[in-house]
Amino acid sequence: MIRKAKDINEETPWQEMTVGGEIPEGGTARLTKTGEWRSNVPVWEQDKCKQCLLCVPYCPDSSIPVTAGKRVEFDFDHCKGCGICWKVCPFEAIRMEKEEKA
Amino acid sequence: MSIPDRLSGNEAVAHAMRQINPGVFAAFPITPSTEIPQYFAQFVADGLVDTEYVPVESEHSSMSTCMGAQAAGVRAITATSSAGLAFMYEVLYVVASARLPVTLACVNRTLTGPININNDHSDSMGARDAGWIQIYAENNQEAYDNYLQAMRIAETPDVRLPIMICQDGFITSHAVENILLEEDAAVKAFVGEYKPENFLLKHENPLAVGPYDTCPYCMEHKVQLAEAMKHARRAVLDVAADFEKTFGRKYGFFEEYRMEDAEVALVLIGSTAGTAKACVETLRAQGIKAGLIKLRVFRPFPAQELAAALSHVKVVAVMDKSEGYSACGGPLYAETLSACYDLPVRPTMINVVYGLAGRDCAVEDIERVYRHLLRILETGETGEKYIHMGQRSNEQEVL
Repeated sequence: MIRKAKDINEETPWQEMTVGGEIPEGGTARLTKTGEWRSNVPVWEQDKCKQCLLCVPYCPDSSIPVTAGKRVEFDFDHCKGCGICWKVCPFEAIRMEKEEKA
Repeated sequence: MSIPDRLSGNEAVAHAMRQINPGVFAAFPITPSTEIPQYFAQFVADGLVDTEYVPVESEHSSMSTCMGAQAAGVRAITATSSAGLAFMYEVLYVVASARLPVTLACVNRTLTGPININNDHSDSMGARDAGWIQIYAENNQEAYDNYLQAMRIAETPDVRLPIMICQDGFITSHAVENILLEEDAAVKAFVGEYKPENFLLKHENPLAVGPYDTCPYCMEHKVQLAEAMKHARRAVLDVAADFEKTFGRKYGFFEEYRMEDAEVALVLIGSTAGTAKACVETLRAQGIKAGLIKLRVFRPFPAQELAAALSHVKVVAVMDKSEGYSACGGPLYAETLSACYDLPVRPTMINVVYGLAGRDCAVEDIERVYRHLLRILETGETGEKYIHMGQRSNEQEVL
């Protein structure tokens, strides 16, 4: 029996985890909310954005989703606030703010 | 039908590798490596195997290559020795933790410091806690036979651990001995195909191997590995039983030689067993109840079985062919002593560290150890328990 990554969590006993932590499926990074590491957060200013899409390939974590040829709001579950998108944006359509944790 | 031949231990192991025809052989092909990659390279050049032969720039890379290849779904093997094994250490742990049954032919040679490449067990003993199965040979025949059994043990589904097949440098690697080889088809049938459940090149489901393991998960995976090593105990015996049925030669965790009524006994690993057996015969002819245990499997360590085999012995010397610099004895001594702790009546036990960096050990040396054990038996005085044998000294040494 191969356990799916979504069925393994911090409550799972060692007997029910995959051997050696191997992951026999793709796309499992979606399940891990690495955005929790963030200390700075990018803010997308839509009125300044020209949809040039330069920020998209520069994002190291695929956290700028594109729908129908246009970028949409950041994927904050995975954005780590590195600021590369802010650095490369030619139109100052992204600004960085301090992350306020609830 | 077995085929009588005469081969060096290096040739014998290379021959086993040719018969198994693994997917990838990655090796650093110069000193401190052995002739094994050289012989195998010849098989590749002669078209006798389909193996992808990867001559890498270091042993760190050879083990890394093996890891990638085995994860991709084929049998990956390497061969090394001494400092070469030391250079693999980081990746040894990674391969074990990823539960990839890579096979390594280790020709035991000392670790440099001071520079030396002669036989002792310091290289593989240093890797004893890496999560690898370790099997040792007394002679060329055993090195060949152990290699034929290696992959089936390592690939057992509830084991899935890498395995190190060890033999004594020069003594077992270069000396030519008579040997019984098995037919290619019989070996192929015995070893079988490698069929991992998941592998990188499996089309149906992509696989990640060796991912970052955060604190809430990592200990669980280490417990899995510890449990797999317990399962390896059964796998070693199962494969040995089938090997005996198929080829007629018997193997276990260790060999007991004249142990049935032994009062004094040695526990040791590797080629020294041949020397010790000759000594046991001489002593037995004089009416001395001497016995010998030659340990074959060091990881998993057969603690209960070894303790049972030693339970009736009065005085035991554990012979370590490596130093642990623990200030209280070598690694085999520590394990054996610990194994015997739960016995209701324990034998008196001492440690003799010998044969370091190729220092010779002759029948007379072994006899001195037995005579020392007989003295302890007679006088009841154990004296120093952690002894070195074979070094020059300006004072009277115990041995």
